[in-house]
Amino acid sequence: MLAQGVGNTEIIVVLLYLLTIVYLGYLGWRRTKSASDYMIAGRQIHPFVMAMSYGATFISTSAIVGFGGVAGMFGMSLLWLTFLNIFVGIFIAFVFLGGPTRRMGHLLDAHTFPELLGERYQSKFIQVFSGLVIFICMPLYAAAVLIGGSEFIATKFDIQYQAALLLFSVIIAAYVVMGGLKGVMYSDALQGSIMFIGMIVLLIMTYSKLGGVKAAHSELTTMANIPSLFGKIGFKGWMAMPEFGWGESKYELWWIVISTIVLGVGIGVLAQPQLAVRFMTVKSKKELNRAVLVGGIFILIMTGVAFVVGSLSNLYFYKHEVITGKIISKTENVGVIAKKERDIEAKIPCTLLHIDINDDGVPDVDIVEKGHDVVKDGKVVLPASVLMPAAEVTDLGDGTVEVKPKAISFLRAVVKTKTGDWMFNTDSIIPTYVTRALPGWFGLLFLVTLLSAAMSTLSSQFHTVGTSIGRDVYETITGKHGHGIGITRLGIIIGIVIAVLLSSYARGGYFIARATAIFFGLCASAFLPAFFGALFWKRMTKTGAITSILVGFIITAFWLLFIKDKEARAIGLCYALFEKHSLLLDKPNWSVVDPIVIALPISIIVAVVVSLISKPPSEEHLNKCFRGV
Amino acid sequence: MLGIESKGILIVYLLCIASSILCVVYGLLNWNRGEEAVGPDDVKWAAEESKVEEEL
Repeated sequence: MLAQGVGNTEIIVVLLYLLTIVYLGYLGWRRTKSASDYMIAGRQIHPFVMAMSYGATFISTSAIVGFGGVAGMFGMSLLWLTFLNIFVGIFIAFVFLGGPTRRMGHLLDAHTFPELLGERYQSKFIQVFSGLVIFICMPLYAAAVLIGGSEFIATKFDIQYQAALLLFSVIIAAYVVMGGLKGVMYSDALQGSIMFIGMIVLLIMTYSKLGGVKAAHSELTTMANIPSLFGKIGFKGWMAMPEFGWGESKYELWWIVISTIVLGVGIGVLAQPQLAVRFMTVKSKKELNRAVLVGGIFILIMTGVAFVVGSLSNLYFYKHEVITGKIISKTENVGVIAKKERDIEAKIPCTLLHIDINDDGVPDVDIVEKGHDVVKDGKVVLPASVLMPAAEVTDLGDGTVEVKPKAISFLRAVVKTKTGDWMFNTDSIIPTYVTRALPGWFGLLFLVTLLSAAMSTLSSQFHTVGTSIGRDVYETITGKHGHGIGITRLGIIIGIVIAVLLSSYARGGYFIARATAIFFGLCASAFLPAFFGALFWKRMTKTGAITSILVGFIITAFWLLFIKDKEARAIGLCYALFEKHSLLLDKPNWSVVDPIVIALPISIIVAVVVSLISKPPSEEHLNKCFRGV
Repeated sequence: MLGIESKGILIVYLLCIASSILCVVYGLLNWNRGEEAVGPDDVKWAAEESKVEEEL
């Protein structure tokens, strides 16, 4: 089946790319080129190499495919996340956090984020608990990255998602095992550079295809009057902010976009365990200063382009896309899943067209031809005939047809699930757009871009997963320092397996963005006050830090299990105990508010109050932590 | 401006570009600042980090 979509060119390009990465890894292994090797040798890393390596680690397929897809669904309001990514994730993080983290990490000989907190607060509990939280939750974020790459491979080569996931996982696992964990600077920098070029080309081609910057924006603005599935929750078009307010269901989208997508991820980046460790591998503040320059541009080109292109894909699918081929079959009046949760599937009745575009007798493109109203007791409860696309089919006379799908991006991304059901899949928007709207050679460049984005991020994620369990949990509990390497390796394997299983099970419902947001939000609520306090507030105490970490973690977990509708439904504990999908489902807006909005302020207050009433750390210890900080 | 009618979107579109420019200007102004000597703490830290990476 794979061979249908994969030609020799694709295989050669991917192999060449992988060989180059392996060669650079080999050079790194022979000549020791990881960041710490530079420091030992007392040498500078070239600022370009440094910044590209940072960028490649922090931007993944999750941002490009997952969040780009959410922009395709909800529009350019997602650019607030890009702004936070640049201003908070680069400027504030590098200018204010980078130097002190590096200095304190070296003084305390801390090599992981939990170890830094544990040493600063002289608490084994903090190190073990933080290590466990990261070990358990990081695979969720890794799954988001894996899904991003797999969705693109599935769409680009027209293969089953599960087969794409298997292929992608094998490549990633081989890379991680064969030295990806060492974080060889040149491999990361090459990956960052490929990502940069890929996204620049994507932006230029998209704007030029849609008539230029101004024309594309104006035309997308006029599409706001198309009847939308999301109109009731405050959607005002892809070029407008959702309706803001509180207490009515028409404000739900604002809270979804701003609290979960923008704040959850935008603030959460400050307490990312991998980021903190990256700061420690820097030789001096000078390298951080230089990285700000390249990092600021890099993030703009990564997430900014993904969100703009995701939004603009609506214009392409609705007004420009023309599919020429043979209609192989039609699926009449089938329920297409629009919202998939445990036991609940909101399905929209549609007629689907399956079109063969390369004359091999196999359908390559699946689109909605029309929707069918859902009628209950003589009343239309879902006007699908208006909300769904109405494709225009023109017979060309030679057995082929010309089809204009006239679909917005979310309704254009129709995929088949492993159970054979059809589903609208946000995470397929960017892959479908790149495959359909742009030339084949770009699809290939984009594939290598996504491979780079995924490989660099995943290797750093699995490194963190492994050290969390090996160094932070096992070595701290047993006291056998330097003997946790076997557990670290085992932890990495467990992390990979869990991430792959999650990727196989969880698909649809913009899972990539939600999984990433959960991990980032959790890190912010649990660790951010303790991390800031560790670096900037000498009066912050061990008790204050422990209480704040526990309160942030518990509130986030409670909110995800019992309040936040989508997550609580997916987990099912709330329903099992209370026969309700969310305890606040009957109160508008509460069930879409992200836990970070509640948990982070409380965990900050707790950190301050408890620290002020508990015994301060000794002067001697503080001198050890803050010498030269 | 730029074909964007919504103020909220126009502001954030420009803020993204402005924050990138801020990063560029900061990077240029501080390009040669912040040099720090590598001390024994730093070398000890890097040696252990390198050892852990090698073992993995």
